Amino acid sequence: MATGIKDKVAIIGMGCTRFGERWNDGAEDLMVEAFQEALQDAGIEKKEIEAAWLGTCFDEVNIGKSAIPLAQALKLPNIPVTRVENFCATGTEAFRGACYAVASGACRIALALGVEKLKDTGYGGLPGFDTAMGTLNRFILPNFTAPGGFALMATRYFAKYGISPEEGKMALAKISAKSHRCGAMNPKAHLRKEITPEQVLKAPIIAWPLGLFDCCGVSDGAAAAIVTTPDVARALGKTPVLVKALQIAATSGEEMVTTRWDGTYLKTTTEAAKRAYAEAGISRPRDELSVLEVHDCFSITELVTYEDLQISERGRAIRDINDGFFHLEGKIPCQSDGGLKCFGHPIGASGIRMIYEVYTQLLHRAGPRQIRDPKLGLTHNLGGIPSFSVCSVGIFGL
Amino acid sequence: MVGIVAYGAYLPRYRLERKTAAKAMAWINPAVWGLAGGEKAVAGADEDAVTLAAAAARNACRFRVEPACTALFAASCTFPYGERQNAAILREALSLPEGALAVDVTGSTRAGTSAVLAAAAHVSSGASSQALAVASDARRAKMGSAEELLYGDAGAALLLGREGVVAELVGSYGLSADFPGPLRESERKLARSWEERWIRDEGYLSLIPKAVKAYLAQARMAPEAFSTVIYPCPYPREHAVIGAKLGLAPDRIADPLAAQVGDTGAAHPLLMLCRALESASPGSHILVVGYGSGVDVLHFRITDAARSFQPAWTFEALAARKAVLAPYEKAAAFRELIPVETGLRGEFQAETPLSVQWRYRRAILGLEGTRCRRCGTPQFPPQRICAVGECQAVDETEPYLFSDKPARIFSYTGDNLAFSLDPPQIYGIVDFEGGGRMMLDFTDCALEAIRVDQPVELHLRRKYHDAQRGVHTYFWKAVPVESAGR
Repeated sequence: MATGIKDKVAIIGMGCTRFGERWNDGAEDLMVEAFQEALQDAGIEKKEIEAAWLGTCFDEVNIGKSAIPLAQALKLPNIPVTRVENFCATGTEAFRGACYAVASGACRIALALGVEKLKDTGYGGLPGFDTAMGTLNRFILPNFTAPGGFALMATRYFAKYGISPEEGKMALAKISAKSHRCGAMNPKAHLRKEITPEQVLKAPIIAWPLGLFDCCGVSDGAAAAIVTTPDVARALGKTPVLVKALQIAATSGEEMVTTRWDGTYLKTTTEAAKRAYAEAGISRPRDELSVLEVHDCFSITELVTYEDLQISERGRAIRDINDGFFHLEGKIPCQSDGGLKCFGHPIGASGIRMIYEVYTQLLHRAGPRQIRDPKLGLTHNLGGIPSFSVCSVGIFGL
Repeated sequence: MVGIVAYGAYLPRYRLERKTAAKAMAWINPAVWGLAGGEKAVAGADEDAVTLAAAAARNACRFRVEPACTALFAASCTFPYGERQNAAILREALSLPEGALAVDVTGSTRAGTSAVLAAAAHVSSGASSQALAVASDARRAKMGSAEELLYGDAGAALLLGREGVVAELVGSYGLSADFPGPLRESERKLARSWEERWIRDEGYLSLIPKAVKAYLAQARMAPEAFSTVIYPCPYPREHAVIGAKLGLAPDRIADPLAAQVGDTGAAHPLLMLCRALESASPGSHILVVGYGSGVDVLHFRITDAARSFQPAWTFEALAARKAVLAPYEKAAAFRELIPVETGLRGEFQAETPLSVQWRYRRAILGLEGTRCRRCGTPQFPPQRICAVGECQAVDETEPYLFSDKPARIFSYTGDNLAFSLDPPQIYGIVDFEGGGRMMLDFTDCALEAIRVDQPVELHLRRKYHDAQRGVHTYFWKAVPVESAGR
């Protein structure tokens, strides 16, 4: 019987660059910046790192394939370095590799670093999906984008629960406005301006019903984590931030190929969350979790994630949104750092950036954004679009 | 008896009002004001002669071609491919058997009627019990030219057979002439014409009466024996003069559809015939003329079975289902007449892997998936292992055709980020009656008019055109049905 990863891995150091349009910084600059912060935070020497995982997604516009760019940028001394990619869940995938390495005893200290240099495409939004989905899909998938793929879920959610477009868009607008309040307080965020729900509603439509402010930004950035076992962490004199659960679920294809899925939730999030709660020993997530960092690539994603994570009842997320349940001062603050909404989404980095915020909160380092007495934080990192997705859920505590 | 057993036309949804084109281009050729009346049917950015032909054939065959049809004659002057048979693309899209004869008939606007004669001869010979003749054109002409106002885009299909004949092919006459009316070198996209007066007088006004009179003499029939006479001629005045030359009463002359559709090239006589067949009385006779590098004359007699057939969409329904295309620059951009800013996102075009297209041709062009023999669930694209969670049968599948199944909108969006020549890019997920789900581009619709659960029809459309490498790709799109169409 598998015993899971709970309390077997400790984070001892983390780093995160300022996210944004870093026109004059390449991926190497971003990797070095995130790594140096993590190394300093951990208080170890580089040579103590025995293995590393690199998460990066769009190799065509970024640093190319393989893990060599990380090994070269950081001048890692011929240790095992592995590149992983799992669409937008790439960052957490890299983190998982490092966790498994130390939990298995294969190495004492491991590094996970996610990076994406997105702003070298020459246009807004993510690079086109036509070469990212395999050769057959080039012929049979529509000419879609990420906002369009998630807009399909908003249309479906509104239809299922009888929500008018005005009412639905207002609820989504409140999600974005809530995150911008936190982003405005975070010097590492890309978008640092508060916005009102009315401004969100007036923004141009990107993919109906989603407008510009329903979409996260597009940024460059990197984030890094150094992990070890709790024993080593204590021996190093660190307050270990422990991994309580780490689960990933990929679609089997049932949502897209059959007509069973109703399109108003993520099956992968639902499954990953169930398993993560079981692994962490959480039975009442709404009462037990202190902070959420979810994959708010689009406002509708955050809305259904409240339900998929069993925080809000199915079909009732709007009530919690209206109650301010997820505000910084609410019962479970969500996106206390500003989220993807304000950080933007350099694919490989985002999953680790979420962990960075939970880590920061758990260690009471969040300054004006600090949550009172956080016990357990959850990260949710999602790849693909709702009809074919891969989702990771991590839970962290002291 | 050999004759037409099924028929169907297809008009693209867009109409260009001629005054829109004249307003834009009369500065260089004020004479176009003289042709600026009415409107013409124009292909959308994702339509061409192949897609127009596919739609017409599906209309005639009510979305499913019977296996008895083992020959396809596809006629057009504007097929996208000079090499790579267009009829082979259509055969796959229409799910005709692999053993079917497939022939491209091209080189002249007369190709449509010639294809009908070839299909009829094929059936007469006993080689096939049914043969499909389909004609389509989407001709391009220079901006500011008369042709740019005269030409329209459409498709029309006739299924020839022996059983259930609605219009018997009684006789025919052919005249071949190297009359270089509009001519276009193979490498060129745009037509070029000699003096219009010569084209009218020596071409239409001379050759059509000559051939029709020859047929009447051969058949020993008087013009009055025909209730409807169908002949193309895009110039309204000359069209009437031809009728007078033949001694036809005006009510026997079929409307050439100049004001509604335009001259649709190879498709035109078949298009006019499809329209006439819908209201033709049993026992009546119809004469059909195809024109271009000569003349074809076809004589049909309407049978008592005529009332037993109706295409999926009547001509009336196709004519009513329209959207005005404006401004003129949009129509010109659709036809690649002027370069437009596509943005960097629109510029990106990866190589089309043709070996993949070949491997999955039945899925891509035929919209064929699999059905699990154990649990019965239809699935697309074809799956080796059943996607139903508790089934997961391995390799227990059978081919399953989706192209003839009704479907409904599960969800949709209008995307302004994705590059489209006709923004927003509308797409969504559709669920098929009987099972199966696909994420598809939508076309021929306005975002405001779409709703969840709305029925859709499936149409083969151009997915993209890689101009740099000369590759056209086709796949199926969903067309939301505005009212109950089926």
